[in-house]
Amino acid sequence: MRPFTYERPADVRSAVAAAAGRPDAAYLGGGTNLVDLMRLGVATPRTLVDVTRISSRAIEETGGGLLIGAGVRNGDLAADPLVRRAQPLLARAVLEGASGQIRNMATVAGNLLQRTRCPYFQDVTKPCNKRLPGSGCPARTGDHRNLAILGHSEHCVATHPSDMAVALAALDALVHVEGPGGARTVPMPGLHRLPGDEPDRDTVLAPGELITAVEVPHLPFAARSRYRKVRDRASFAFAVVSVAAALDVAGGVVRDCRIALGGVAHAPWRAEAAEAALRGAAATPEEFARAADAELARSSPLPRNAFKAPLLRNVLVRTLTDLAEPAGFAESEPVETP
Amino acid sequence: MRVSLTVNGRHRTADDVWEGESLLYVLRERLGLPGSKNACEQGECGSCTVYLDGLPVCACLVAAGQAESREVRTVEGLAGDGRLDPVQEAFTECGAVQCGFCTPGLVVQAHDLLNRTPRPTDAQIREALAGNLCRCTGYEKILDAVRLAATRKAATP
Amino acid sequence: MKTEARPSVGAALERVEGVEKVTGRARYAYENFPDELAYAVPVQATVARGTVLAADVDAVVRLPGVIAAVWHGNAPRLAPADNAELAVLQSDRVSYRGQYVAVVVAETLQCAREAARLLRIDYDAEPHDVELRADHPEMYRPDRVNAGYPADTELGDPDAALAAAPVLVDATYRTPAEHNNPMEPHATVAVWSGDGLTLHDSTQGVSALRETIAPLFGMPPENVRVISPHVGGGFGSKGAALPPVVLAALAAKHAGRPVKLAVTRQQMFAVTGYRTPTIQRVRLGADTGGRLTAIVHEAFEQSSRLREFAEQTTTPTRVMYAAPDRRTAHRLVRLDVPTPAWMRAPGEAPGMFALESAMDELAVACGIDPVELRIRNEPAAEPESGLPFSSRNLVACLREGARRFGWAGRDPTPAARTRGRMLVGTGVAASTYPVYRRPSRASARCDPDDRFTVRIAAADIGTGARTILTQVAADALRVTPDRVRVEVGDTALPAASLAGGSAGTASWGTAVVRACEALLEELDRRGGDVPAEGLEATADTAEEVGEQPEYARHAFGAQFAEVGVDLDTGEARVLRLLGVFAAGRIVNPVTARSQFVGGMTMGMSMALLEESVMDHEFGDYLNHDLAQYHVPTAMDLPDVQAYWIEEDDPHLNPLGAKGIGEIGIVGTAAAVANAVHHATGVRVRDLPIRLDKLVR
Repeated sequence: MRPFTYERPADVRSAVAAAAGRPDAAYLGGGTNLVDLMRLGVATPRTLVDVTRISSRAIEETGGGLLIGAGVRNGDLAADPLVRRAQPLLARAVLEGASGQIRNMATVAGNLLQRTRCPYFQDVTKPCNKRLPGSGCPARTGDHRNLAILGHSEHCVATHPSDMAVALAALDALVHVEGPGGARTVPMPGLHRLPGDEPDRDTVLAPGELITAVEVPHLPFAARSRYRKVRDRASFAFAVVSVAAALDVAGGVVRDCRIALGGVAHAPWRAEAAEAALRGAAATPEEFARAADAELARSSPLPRNAFKAPLLRNVLVRTLTDLAEPAGFAESEPVETP
Repeated sequence: MRVSLTVNGRHRTADDVWEGESLLYVLRERLGLPGSKNACEQGECGSCTVYLDGLPVCACLVAAGQAESREVRTVEGLAGDGRLDPVQEAFTECGAVQCGFCTPGLVVQAHDLLNRTPRPTDAQIREALAGNLCRCTGYEKILDAVRLAATRKAATP
Repeated sequence: MKTEARPSVGAALERVEGVEKVTGRARYAYENFPDELAYAVPVQATVARGTVLAADVDAVVRLPGVIAAVWHGNAPRLAPADNAELAVLQSDRVSYRGQYVAVVVAETLQCAREAARLLRIDYDAEPHDVELRADHPEMYRPDRVNAGYPADTELGDPDAALAAAPVLVDATYRTPAEHNNPMEPHATVAVWSGDGLTLHDSTQGVSALRETIAPLFGMPPENVRVISPHVGGGFGSKGAALPPVVLAALAAKHAGRPVKLAVTRQQMFAVTGYRTPTIQRVRLGADTGGRLTAIVHEAFEQSSRLREFAEQTTTPTRVMYAAPDRRTAHRLVRLDVPTPAWMRAPGEAPGMFALESAMDELAVACGIDPVELRIRNEPAAEPESGLPFSSRNLVACLREGARRFGWAGRDPTPAARTRGRMLVGTGVAASTYPVYRRPSRASARCDPDDRFTVRIAAADIGTGARTILTQVAADALRVTPDRVRVEVGDTALPAASLAGGSAGTASWGTAVVRACEALLEELDRRGGDVPAEGLEATADTAEEVGEQPEYARHAFGAQFAEVGVDLDTGEARVLRLLGVFAAGRIVNPVTARSQFVGGMTMGMSMALLEESVMDHEFGDYLNHDLAQYHVPTAMDLPDVQAYWIEEDDPHLNPLGAKGIGEIGIVGTAAAVANAVHHATGVRVRDLPIRLDKLVR
């Protein structure tokens, strides 16, 4: 049997020390993705550093927003009154992900660091540049229906599967990290990389760096926000595409907006081109369509996922139109987690 | 390694556990509790749902080491003193059981739902059970059973 | 003894093993723990076609905890089998990706898995061909298709009739490969003792499994015992013996230890069968009043290199509608793919998707209501055989369904109704499934305490067989069901047919009735006295089943669907599904409703969700887990209802029952697709109907 060490460090410092200089070490949070990947043979750590007991489970109001501990369970995050009031977009996105049982186990940090569900990545009998750099990307010519249309490279067309990360990318979250070199913060978007020629690197985190918290700054128009997830099954399915959007409209003009897209890229995709096109524009479906087209101008769909472009355009226009509706829009509470 | 945990109120220990094996394997193959089912080993079906420190989780995705010193309650631990839990009773009465393989996970998940939301709406029931796949029933009778269990529990404080 | 009791058949007797299942006490195959147990983990081929050159089993056996590693180079020899799929580890040929090429036996599962992963296998790979195409040059006509039906049939001159028809529908439909995915993966615990083999196995038929396994290992059937009290679903995939059970027995034999082997969810996509993908061309000729003048239904399907599995896709077309000129045909191509097998209503489910979609297209073309169109084409006798129907109540089902669904006054205009941001539409389709009955044996026993035990090697795969046989026996014995205990799922019991073809109730029910009758007769002869050692009678229905008069025996049904399609995203969801069935006498309304509703839900799933995606480069089913292969969650079908009409059919069996396990899935996908057309104006002819086919 594969030799294995399992460590339960007493605090974050010793967790970082335990993983430092060991490229075959992995932090274990909720485990809902890592345990699966280990069983599939996709992840083969020699050391598991179990951080579940030392990661913060606190959600606090800071001066400028919310500070969410890395160990906060997804279920607790979505149910937290502070989060639901201050950042309904985040609560909603989290609830749209996975199932009750998974949300009870999965942590905030683990959710951010989950790996792609590209079928080739998950099958160790097939090549995959993300799993085995240089082995090739069969998805480009194979089945890429669910894969990227934005920001992909010849080496990788994987998508990032998280719903929560899409909301955090829209909300300009800051990821707090502790590592061998000390503490730092990494902005969202920016934590996740585009594949380029190093698709094996999902994020900008250095080896041994541990996420300790996520800070979500206050957004004045957070109440006027929506997470729309399009999926093949009514529940418990990864996004075909998703849109996280918040809109600030005054006098029929878009004063400000935040838009991030899921299911379309190697990272949660901040729709900067669409945002730029919208700021100062009339809050009309025509302008929303123009903004969507500005974003989609950067896309390069593959033969079997070309439908994602019109799909995304429709969903973006619809979501923004609903948000712009002065009377018609009433953000319903996130579905009650029973 | 050695893993010590509390299962259904009893202190249990398993030796020579491989760090990477799952809580589900420990329960089924080492502790003689095969009630929780292994149907996908990926957290995609909910058949292995157990309480871990009071929250239902997929035991197949819990590394054995994560369960150290924690409290686990399985389907085998729901009935007390020879009496079925109202959820179990309702599942049999309503015909919510067919092949029975998804049943233990569904029973635990529904049990948790009613503890936290005693009078759930249909939408809440469906949402709460969305992580438990059943291939036989089409879920209709399962919905009936959860509604009946809710009514019964409400009637007996 | 007391011989008065209210009839139990027709009552909602609670599932007799329900308490065992809700408490987790019911023991499934993998949950047996014989002494000295070891774990077996298979190794699957990573090429789709070629030969195994070498397997470094020696290196693996040296690993701590590993007991044995078996490949064709050291495997025990099996006797030749008719079904080449079962010649497990007997040759160096690889016929599909994922085929078993080795197995590792170790002290723990984790150890066996790790060793299986490390086992180095060298292949000589050859180019593979895994793509089903109607114009494949190797398409051929099989001698017969499954269940013994002729591959092709023809009456009159369908080509001339089509050419002359005022209204013509000519459309090609595609259904994807689908995997049964019962919740319990296939599992076996194999224990050898001397010349005997005991298999705790997850199977739809212990008797048939024994008959298949024993000769492979050169043994008479009585040396094999198969035990299978609880089975976590099958839907056809546990009907015939499959490679995993052979591999488990072989590994146990080689290792000299009892072994347990559970197929993983991922492995199920290669080694436990699936529904063949189909390409179907349907041509309907009709007069302007919608009366069919010609029906031509041709199906193209695949099988593996190992075995001809020829699904009976167009056979329902031989049964459904009147038309003087007609043809049905099946063509098959053998590819480097896993072997297809039975999946709930094999043949009828994909076949009726095509036929009933085409009927909807005809209704649109003729401007006739689709319910009325079907009624107009109701045949007086079975259209191809000319046999009288033992009973046929399709029209009653259509009318009753239309009434309950609120069909009357439906505006046929497509894409004309919205609800919020959804386009909404309704659709209808017919269902049919044959009535089969197979020979079985059973015993009935009375003990001095006036309790009865009925024994039959039937299978309860979740259908409720144990429960309804209890009811059947209680009535035959004229006692209350609490005095009857039914034992199933063990070859130590009288041999019985397998759970398949919706034939369980008819087949086992007949045997149980006859055994109970024989017991009562014997009791009568003794003046009602039960001897101290008890009294037992047996029955064998081979003769009775063999002699039944010729009738066209089929169940029928009508399915109505309401579908909402999101205007922006194309997401289609079934809002409401309602089925009405005519299936003879219903033995237990609760278990029956579950069978219908469960089948309809699987049909909805066939329409919208399920597809096994063939990876052409590698030659396997790519989306091989439940995250990627979608089956419905509790959120996917908010309203599904099943009803049945009273049907008294004297030509069936002592129960007057038709099978109900499969008809629920038949026609559902067409009803949904027809509703999608009504909602959107888009006719989707290839399943599943996912948003990429609807988004604009």
